[in-house]
Amino acid sequence: MGGRDDRIGEFFMGFEMSLGWLVPVEQLTYLLAASLFIVGLKFLGSPATARKGNLLASVGMLLAIVVTLLDQGIVDYTTILIGLLIGSAVGAIAAKKVEMTEMPQMVGLLNGFGGAASALVAIGEYWRLSHAGMTVPMNVLVTAVLGVLIGGVTLTGSLMAFGKLQGLISGSPITYPLQQPVNLILLAGFLVGGFYLVTHPNDLNIFFDISAISLILGILFVLPIGGADTPVVISLLNSFSGLAASAAGFVLGNDMLIIAGALVGASGLILTQIMCKAMNRSLASVLFGAFGGGGATSGTATATSSAQKSHRSVDAEEGAMMLGYARSVVVVPGYGMAVAQAQHAVRELADQLEKNGVEVKYAIHPVAGRMPGHMNVLLAEANVPYSQLYDMDDINPEFERADVALVIGANDVVNPDARDNAGSPIYGMPILEVDKAKSTIVIKRSMNPGFAGIDNELFYKDKTMMLFGSAKDVVTDLVTNVKELVTA
Amino acid sequence: MSESIIAGLVVFVLASFIGFEVINKVPPTLHTPLMSGANAISGIAVVGAILIAGTQSSQVATTIGLLAVILAMVNVVGGFLVTDRMLQMFKK
Repeated sequence: MGGRDDRIGEFFMGFEMSLGWLVPVEQLTYLLAASLFIVGLKFLGSPATARKGNLLASVGMLLAIVVTLLDQGIVDYTTILIGLLIGSAVGAIAAKKVEMTEMPQMVGLLNGFGGAASALVAIGEYWRLSHAGMTVPMNVLVTAVLGVLIGGVTLTGSLMAFGKLQGLISGSPITYPLQQPVNLILLAGFLVGGFYLVTHPNDLNIFFDISAISLILGILFVLPIGGADTPVVISLLNSFSGLAASAAGFVLGNDMLIIAGALVGASGLILTQIMCKAMNRSLASVLFGAFGGGGATSGTATATSSAQKSHRSVDAEEGAMMLGYARSVVVVPGYGMAVAQAQHAVRELADQLEKNGVEVKYAIHPVAGRMPGHMNVLLAEANVPYSQLYDMDDINPEFERADVALVIGANDVVNPDARDNAGSPIYGMPILEVDKAKSTIVIKRSMNPGFAGIDNELFYKDKTMMLFGSAKDVVTDLVTNVKELVTA
Repeated sequence: MSESIIAGLVVFVLASFIGFEVINKVPPTLHTPLMSGANAISGIAVVGAILIAGTQSSQVATTIGLLAVILAMVNVVGGFLVTDRMLQMFKK
């Protein structure tokens, strides 16, 4: 971990000798912090220990911050304390205020801030060295350029993802002619600037030019990605924010930063993979495919033919009878349920059904929310015990035994076309096989096709009953009607 | 020059493998808290930010450092607290 200390040491030689014992203490504390991050992440992997894991990781962070404050290189504490206070206050308020439905935006924004901080560290160190009249060493230069690229892309990419999730920017993919060539030219510009810096390491203008290019690249990278693909994008940006921290670690010659960043990078990459698999898309097709553009055309094509198809509908009273007299019900919540804020009503319905002796399980598709595991958090907020939540692989064999599958605000993830119709744009995507249940109730506003504009064959099956209305009202009606079943 | 980069790369690659091993079997229920918790860890850049904000080499560097400390701290504190808030809700 010598790089940074060597350089600071040139300025503070005498000082460092008298306080020499602090250096190993600092290094060992960093080692302890890195270990706490690893153990913390390990504990985050099981519901029983997850809270403790988060606590351990935060203790690691606290230790790392405190020991850094003892660094001999630091001469002024005012700036640092102001920064620590403002940042902590903003973070604490945001964490307290945010709604669980807004979790993807929150994590997106935090990813961006982390990336920005790492990029600023790279820029700051570069500035400090060149300002001190030193030739910026090659290892610092190369890693600073890399850190600025990853951090910059993470910042603006995350802000774009935030805008899309928050509805500030259109959620549909934005494409324009020569999109990929433009991106490639920008990337080439970045590389040329980067190589130029190798021969002219102290050219600040070029350094700021390539910083600007990395910010633009982040915007352009998220622009063509559709709203339905945001779980992948958020995961990928999560991974980037880790890599940016690693790059900052390379710049400063600090192993703990490298380790912590690599852990986050790995975790984000795993989640990205899981999300891609859950949508049967390759990462490349998510990033460059502009999904929804192609899907929309075939969507309208099938929509015309759907005019001739007929569906069956029920009202809340009949629905309540089907549910109340069932032996087992599987609830399939989708993002539509969360948007309608119906999760508490759904929990109430499940409680009432269980009182009637009905077995209730929840089937959670990996991309049911707007980020990995989002639906689980939303249901946990409504006090649904996690032991009732079943992953796709565990619940799919159970549908055959279920009397009723209750689909609330989910569409594409229960579309049998994904399994049966090779012409469907979502063909190959793993689905929750609700059509195998003895009967299915679908709560939906109308027969309009969903977000991706793809018609859903499930709605026209003989066993499927449509229950029209807003999720919250309909489920509340169901609760009242199920209650009456008991008293009747 | 190359020596320190290579030493860093060794650490980076090994830590990545540890990350893959540790996180690979996290159940979907915990994916969101895992992501926000990991996200808070990526705020570790605050360590670098503190050093840059405190060395007083130039006004610009100090300002850059201050901004970095603020952003990283939002990430750290916001990330850990919101993760805890979510995990509090998980009941068996």
